[in-house]
This record gives sequence, C-alpha cells and structure tokens, in this order.
Amino acid sequence: MTKKNPLSFQLNVDDFLPATDAEKQSLTQMRPGVSYWKDAMRRLWKNKVAMVSLGVILIIMVFSFIVPMFYPYRYEQQIRGSEYLRPMTYSAEEQARIDAGEKVFPHILGTDYLGRDYAVRVMVGSRISLLVGLIASAIILIIGSTYGAISGFFGGWVDLVMMRIVDIIYTVPDILLIVLISVSIRDPMEKLATLPAFQWVQTVGVNLISIFIVFALLYWVGMARIVRGQVLTLKQNEYVTAAKALGASNGRIIRKHLLTNCIGTLIVTTTLQIPSSIFTESFLSFLGLGVAIPLPSLGSLASAALNGLNSYPYLLLSPALLISLIILSFNLFGDGLRDAFDPKLKQ
Amino acid sequence: MAVYIVKRILLAALTIFLVATITFFLMNLVPGGPFVAEKSISEQAQAALKEKFGLDKPLIVQYKNYMLSALQGDFGLSLKQRGRTVTDIILSKFPVSARVGGIAVLTALVVGIPLGSVAALKRGTWIDNLIIVIATCGIAFPSFVICTVGMYVFGVYLGWLPTLGLTTPTHYILPVFALAFYPTAYITRLMRSSMLDVIGQDYMRTARAKGLSQFVSLFKHALRNAILPVVTYIGPLLAYALTGSFIVEKIFVIPGLGKEFVSSIANRDYTVIMGTTIFLATLVILMNVLVDIVYKIIDPRIQLK
Repeated sequence: MTKKNPLSFQLNVDDFLPATDAEKQSLTQMRPGVSYWKDAMRRLWKNKVAMVSLGVILIIMVFSFIVPMFYPYRYEQQIRGSEYLRPMTYSAEEQARIDAGEKVFPHILGTDYLGRDYAVRVMVGSRISLLVGLIASAIILIIGSTYGAISGFFGGWVDLVMMRIVDIIYTVPDILLIVLISVSIRDPMEKLATLPAFQWVQTVGVNLISIFIVFALLYWVGMARIVRGQVLTLKQNEYVTAAKALGASNGRIIRKHLLTNCIGTLIVTTTLQIPSSIFTESFLSFLGLGVAIPLPSLGSLASAALNGLNSYPYLLLSPALLISLIILSFNLFGDGLRDAFDPKLKQ
Repeated sequence: MAVYIVKRILLAALTIFLVATITFFLMNLVPGGPFVAEKSISEQAQAALKEKFGLDKPLIVQYKNYMLSALQGDFGLSLKQRGRTVTDIILSKFPVSARVGGIAVLTALVVGIPLGSVAALKRGTWIDNLIIVIATCGIAFPSFVICTVGMYVFGVYLGWLPTLGLTTPTHYILPVFALAFYPTAYITRLMRSSMLDVIGQDYMRTARAKGLSQFVSLFKHALRNAILPVVTYIGPLLAYALTGSFIVEKIFVIPGLGKEFVSSIANRDYTVIMGTTIFLATLVILMNVLVDIVYKIIDPRIQLK
C-alpha cells in the first residue's frame, strides 16, 4: 500500500465494514439503566437519618398494633387497688400474689387514676394517633389530588372558580372551624350510628369519624394546590397531546398520565401530611374534642396527666415523648423521601 | 396595584362572610342550647329568655337578623354573661391574648432570624448542625408538650417560674416560650434556606468584589434579600399566635380570647361564638392581605397578578 497523500480526500474503505460482534458488545450499555424508582430508592437507602426514622416508625407501629394483642393487660381494664402505681411497682394485693409464687406482669409505666396499666394505654394511644395520621392523610391525598388535577387539567374558568374556593378555605382560620365542626357533627353522627346500616360508625367511634370529616373538609387544599401546579406543567407534554389524539378520555389522561407522573410529589406530600394530621389530632384530643373515653389517644393521655402534674409527673412523660418522637420521625422520613424523589427541591 | 388590593379585599370580605355563615349554622347544629344547662330556670323562663334573644324564631330569620345587626357593628348581648355585650367581652379579653401572642411573635422573629442567618453562614459546621437539630425538634414537638413539660420542669420541679395566671412579668415567660417555640424553629429553617440561596447569588460576589466590607455586604445586601420569605410568613404567624394560643391559654389558665372561645362553645353562648369567630377571622384574614400587599411593595421583583 502506497503512503497516502496527507491532503487527499480518499476515504479508508475499512471504516465502512459492518461492526464485528466484539465491537457491538463494547458499545452496548455497561450497566442496566436505572429507573426513576430504583434511583430514588437508592438515594433513600443511603440517607441515614431517613432510614433511622423509618426504623423508629416501624418499631412504634409494632408496639402500637401488635404488642397490645399479646399484652397481659387491656387498655380499659381497671385493676382495683392498683391506682396511681409508680413505674415498675406493685400494689399490696399484687405483691401478695407474687409472694404466693404467682407471676404478675409488671406495670412498666405504672398505672393511672383508675388503676389501668399505663404502658398498654400509651401503646393503644399511639395506635389511635398513627391511625388518624395515616387515614386522614389518605383522605387528603384522594380529595386533594383529584381536585387539583381536575382544576389544573381543565384550566380556564373551571380552574379560576376551583382555585378561588381553595383560596377561601385556605384563609379561613382553621382552628376555629376544627373546634366548631368537631363539636357540631358529633350529634348527627351519633344519630346516624343508631341506624342499622351504620352500626360500624359506633365501632369506629363517633369522635374519630368526626376528626376524619374535619380533615377531609379543611386540609386537602394544600395538596390540591401542589398537584394543580404539577399538572399545569405536565399537561404541556407531548404524551398528553398524543393520548388526546389517540382518543383517550379526560378522566383516563388524568388518571393514567398526569397523576402517575406526579407520583413522587404525591408520596412526599402525603408523608409530610401524616405528622401534621397527628399533630392536629393530639391538639383536638388535648382540648377534649378528640377520641371518646375510654379509648386513649396520646393527646388525651397528656391532657389527663396535666391534672396530676405535681404528684404524678411520669404520666405526662411517656405520651409527650412518644408523640414528639412519632412526629419527628415522620417529618425526617418525609424530608428524606423528598430529597430522594426530588433532589432539585433539596435546600 | 389598586386593582390587586381591591380584589384581595373583596375576596377577604367574601371569606369572612362565608366563615360567619358556616359558623352560624354549624353552631346551631350543636345539640343543646344556652339555657338548657341551667336547672334553676323553669320552662316558662327559658321560653321567655329565648324570646328575649330572638332564639324562638326560625333559624333563617335568626341568621338574617344577626347578619344585619352585625353589619352595623352590633354583635349583641352575651347569652350567658348577663348584661355584657359581645363587643365588651372581646375588647376585654383580646388585649390579654394579643400581648402574649405579640411578645411571642417578636421573640420568634428576634431569635429566629439571627439563628437562621448564623446557620447559613456557618454552613456545615457543628454550629449549623446544632441549630438544625434544635429547629427540627421545634417543629416536631406539639405546643402542649412544650407547655406541659416546661411547666413541670421550670414551674414544679425547679420552682423558678410561676405556672398559672398572668399577673407579673415572670408569668409571661412560660406561655411566651411555649407559643414562640414552633414559629422560632420555622423562621430559623426559612431564614437558613433563603440565606443560603442569597449568599450564592452573583450580586453578593459583586458586592464583595467592589470592596464592600463583609459587614455591609451581609447586612445591606444579603439580609435584606433573605428576609423576604420571612415577611410572607408573618401573616400566618400572627394567625398562629392568635389562634394557636387556645392550648397555651387553657394550660396556663390565661383569661384570653382563645379560652373564651372554647368555653363559649361549651356553654353554647351563641352570640359570643359568632362574635369571637368573626373577630378572629377578620383579624387573621386582614393580616394576611396586609402582609401580602407589603410584600409586593418591598420586593419589586414580584409581579402583581
């Protein structure tokens, strides 16, 4: 082969041969693609604070949902003679039974003024708080995301009217209405519970349901605003136009394309909603408007402990600490989720 | 600007009207009445009282009468506290709540803004981490936990501070602390993130490059820009300080408007419920409008819609 003139435009024929298998192999991806979910999960897994919070939440869930089933005392069980026991102490009667060789399960956190074991009450109380947090957030998720998606998707005057309604609810001082609503719907709910078809109302508890209604009425507006903002940008995408061109109905586009694409935001907002729901429930229980006696909630336990603060301060400590721990863990876990799903938002 | 202000005020008026309407019908849904609990009163006397206050009329007529007189500034007589007008009750109770709430808001601003700025300037150091931990706790602990634990530790266990009532200046410490804890933490977080945002901006580098001292560039350029998000928070903050005091007033037995509201619901004192709700709602909503308008004035970058 003669030496090629450096100024020649003649092409090298070898460059145009089909690629060999080895060459093809080297051009394929070095590792499998990372999906949005896997990427987010990996970031979450690396976040120590979030994982510890998740661990704490799971431990608290085990203690509040599973342990009371096996616990030797029940939350409404009054043990006569054991009123106001200090933690890990026994009443005279129980001491006698221990002396006789019987095994008596210790009152780890003592007992309250009716001789009820405090440890199991705190556990059941945190069960109520967790349930309220989870169910209320689910209600808020459903109402808020539907409302926000519809408002953002249709735009125009629909959006205008729907968002003015949101503005109005948003500016209403919430505590005023919460207190009023929870007091006023109690009676209609109790009447409803006497009807045969609505027996379940009685089992769930009238107060608990009225708390859910309060949340359903007032707190979805934040979620609706966030979802609307997301939908406004998402609906400009080509795949929405494509779906429309293929004849998809509006409902299908909202369900299958828009809401699924803002799922990260939905998860994060819902998780951060849980602590604020728990917060509000404990606030209401503390004012005496929460769950019904004898069912405990962490707020009502703390409220009851306040009356005997001088003599029995330990009754205040466990519910107060636990509620703070629950809210703290959910907040930190929610922050971790936000960092994982939406790194842009990280501050 | 004028259009915006008029629009906001109209929306505020509509909101207040809706709040009043919702409250009126909600409170009449509540079983029982203002005179039921008083056993000493005979049936005839009850009927006479109802007639005197117009409670025997159909609900819709009561609503019309109330709204018409409320529009003229007459909120009626209290049904329970004989001889006192609702306006009189609100005017005597509100200053107490306002004082505690006002001091708490000031405390939150005075503590939160420097704390957040320091955290941002010392980013990544132990000072920053410490401030973040405190702020996170402040957001997580419900106010009744702060109240009760503070009351036990400082009032009962250490015996340093009085726990009940509001007679001497030291009585203010615990309620104000409890009320200011959450907003302080929130402002700290807000301030930290906005300060971090501002010190990364180009104009900060320009300010330093043209020879301004660290002090001047921080106070004249960084702080003035970073404080804007905090200004928007003042509206909700005032609302919180006024209505969030329900718990604090209950625990520390402070004779304020929040306690009055809760007990008026328990007593079914309809006129006081209505008066307090309208008063607080108006206050909160107007504060929000005012803060939004002020915000648009001090930040020329914000466009008016």
